[in-house]
Amino acid sequence: MVQLNINGRSHQIDVEPDTPLLWAIREQVGLTGTKYGCGVAQCGACTVHMDGAAVRSCVIPASAAVGKKITTIEGLAKGGVLHKVQKAWVDHDVPQCGYCQTGMVMAVAALLQDKPRPTDADIDASITNICRCGTFQQVREAIHAAAKA
Amino acid sequence: MDQSLNLNRREFLISTAAVGGGLALGLQLPFGVNAAVAADVVPEVNAWVMIRPDNTVVIRVARSEMGQGTITGLAQLVAEELECDWSKVSTEYPTPGQNLKRNRVWGSFSTGGSRGIRTSHEYVRQGGAAARMMLVQAAADQWKVPASECRAVNSIITHQPTGRTVTYGKVADAAGKLPAPDIKTIQLKDPKNWKIAGKPMKRFGTVDKVTGRQVYGFDLKLPGMVNAAIMECPVFGGKIRNFDAAKVSGRKGVKKVLQVGDTAVAVVADTWWQAKTALDALPIEWDSGANAKVSSTSIAAELKAGLTAAQAFVGNKSGDIKTALAGAAKTIEAEYAYPYQNHACMEPMNATARYTPDKCEVWVPTQDGEASFAAVLEASGLPADKCEVYKLDLGGGFGRRGAFQDYVTQAVLIAKQMPGIPVKLLWSREEDMRQGRFHPVMQCRLTGSFDASNNLTGLHMRLSGQSILAAVRPAIVEKAGGKDSATFQGVADSGEHSLGYTFPNMLVDHAMRNTHVPPGFWRGVNINQNAIFLECFMDELAHAAGEDPVAFRRRFMAGHPRNLAVLNAVAERIGWDRPAPKGRHRGIAQMKAFDSFVAAACEISVEGGNKVKVHRIVAATDSGYAVNPAQIERQIAGSFVYGLSALFMQECTVKDGRIEQENFHSYNSMRIAQMPRVESIIMPGGGPVWGGVGEPTICVAAPAVLNAFFKATGKRIRSVPLKNHGIELV
Repeated sequence: MVQLNINGRSHQIDVEPDTPLLWAIREQVGLTGTKYGCGVAQCGACTVHMDGAAVRSCVIPASAAVGKKITTIEGLAKGGVLHKVQKAWVDHDVPQCGYCQTGMVMAVAALLQDKPRPTDADIDASITNICRCGTFQQVREAIHAAAKA
Repeated sequence: MDQSLNLNRREFLISTAAVGGGLALGLQLPFGVNAAVAADVVPEVNAWVMIRPDNTVVIRVARSEMGQGTITGLAQLVAEELECDWSKVSTEYPTPGQNLKRNRVWGSFSTGGSRGIRTSHEYVRQGGAAARMMLVQAAADQWKVPASECRAVNSIITHQPTGRTVTYGKVADAAGKLPAPDIKTIQLKDPKNWKIAGKPMKRFGTVDKVTGRQVYGFDLKLPGMVNAAIMECPVFGGKIRNFDAAKVSGRKGVKKVLQVGDTAVAVVADTWWQAKTALDALPIEWDSGANAKVSSTSIAAELKAGLTAAQAFVGNKSGDIKTALAGAAKTIEAEYAYPYQNHACMEPMNATARYTPDKCEVWVPTQDGEASFAAVLEASGLPADKCEVYKLDLGGGFGRRGAFQDYVTQAVLIAKQMPGIPVKLLWSREEDMRQGRFHPVMQCRLTGSFDASNNLTGLHMRLSGQSILAAVRPAIVEKAGGKDSATFQGVADSGEHSLGYTFPNMLVDHAMRNTHVPPGFWRGVNINQNAIFLECFMDELAHAAGEDPVAFRRRFMAGHPRNLAVLNAVAERIGWDRPAPKGRHRGIAQMKAFDSFVAAACEISVEGGNKVKVHRIVAATDSGYAVNPAQIERQIAGSFVYGLSALFMQECTVKDGRIEQENFHSYNSMRIAQMPRVESIIMPGGGPVWGGVGEPTICVAAPAVLNAFFKATGKRIRSVPLKNHGIELV
């Protein structure tokens, strides 16, 4: 049994402490916007914020998230208003299949928190998510647009 | 791939009939259906169009959305002819079961071969037009005026002499009760007059995708559902010898440890993580069989022998290549090779099944709902009226989720062992990597001959490697006397993949060398390797002739004006006639594929002899018509991510009969830092044939980059991936 704070709510979760945070979020809390893509922190589809930093939840044991503030994609929009990254994604028609995009949006939201006006080099260094549809050209445009918003 | 489409359809119908579903054959016209057979809640005008009283329109199309934008494009085509308010349009999938009951009114569900729009544009437009005519007729009937006096625009019908108006929502119910118009009376719009189609409409579903609300197959939840993890024998063709269920059956959450067919073991648990970790801990003994001796080295040796084998299937032939080679003043020869590759969809394979003796239902992200349906029939043993498939949008498809429904079969076989309980089967990434339907391996020996004045007199292109159709559609290959015509995509003598050059003497032939590794249709299919073989060798020939690669190509393109047009377009845009910026080098390639003409020109720089930066790729596409230019641009840019990942990073190697790569650390994919700037030139040339968009462009990126690499370094790289040569994309 672990207690997790997810999107501002406290959850008592019945999992083995070594269960990855990803699966606790998806299967116990029931929030499926955070995706499984590889399970080995390669692809970034499972990206969430832990105390504001982007982390790959597939390799973080649920027990290591105790006492931290977890934000998932479902908690990014506030009061029914899309986060500026989500809005830029809609405006620029970024997603193709969309499966990796929630993780991509979370990674970018954390980047903009650290670097409100990232350069292309900043983007290259910190956004390392895999997208097999290949949305990168629109992702880059939308990041710059979100930074200006 | 139309042959495979037809056969697929036939196989599906045969397998359906075999289990007792007596159904009518043949594709019906979309407006031939009487609305009375429908039982939808939303008033149905016809199969394609449903309109609610508030004027919202639901458009139903059978193809699958997997990120390529086909659903948005098809809806645009229906809406264009329907003359409805685009802001009120949404889409829905019909189910394969519904399609069957209505004589396949929605046509084929198969979404591959870049066919989504190009092979259904006519009947979906006719469906939209028929609905408009019925709506106008209903309004005219209500007003007791001739329909010819009424006109529909933006979901409003106006009786022109009196100015009376009524909205679609008000007459949809009455329209649905009218007979469908005669097909001969339906006139489709000239694309020049399109207002909705041809425009860069945003794709449907984006808000749900960026908020996490979109439900993929992986995310499905059903009441009482359990989760399954599976492992199939990693050596293809191998079987289970035994497994020790007792070792894990007592673990928390584990419901069942069971065998799936002869080849796989699954663990079913409350959560997937419990199932997956129990499966990892389960002792399984495999009977790997003779294939356990096969390796990449042994496969390569077999293919190599095929390069000089006496027997080969002729794919394209002109003049007399033997005489040309024998009389040559000079010959040039080169050997190329292309590896196995995995589709690596971001969403691993999955399906959810619920079985009872009275009903088998499956929820699945699929490129072909009807192929899924056929798999459900076969695995469940139930007749068609007791089966149903519910499609979910895909987290990537790329060819893995169409012809192959192995995960559906597995889910049903598991659910049959737990009647009444919905079972969600999810593959791990490792299972997805091991159990691919791989891009086939191919080697190629090319020989070019020149006369004493350095004119190219002949070209022989000998392919040696695996046939996809021999494995997937053996009846087609058998009927063709053992030949797989799809092997010649991009270099064929005619059709949707015809060669874009005319050579004085030429032979393209294929020594078929099949292996135990299951091949599949991988985005672009056989154009990926053929474009590298041909377009890199064209550069080699140009170099041998001492001629500019573009000028050299043009000599053989007089009879191929649309190939030439895209080649010229990219050459002009990249500034081929002027020197490249300092430190940069250019390469170019062109091809016709899936009935579209494509070309790419790139600019790269190479640091330290092995660090390649692709600065810029200019891409031109002539797909006949451009239903949504914004989505075409995205397909072009995305194709290059797929194609350049394949070129630089991706190879599935075989050791002891199994695939060695198990995750993205050993099967890498491009990141944003490596993404070149892509400039698209969309130049639809019209004509009777519509071309595809999802795949053609993928094939020109790799040869353009390889040709630029030669320009930069003087080195010809003739095998993929470049990581094997110590070359990386930066």
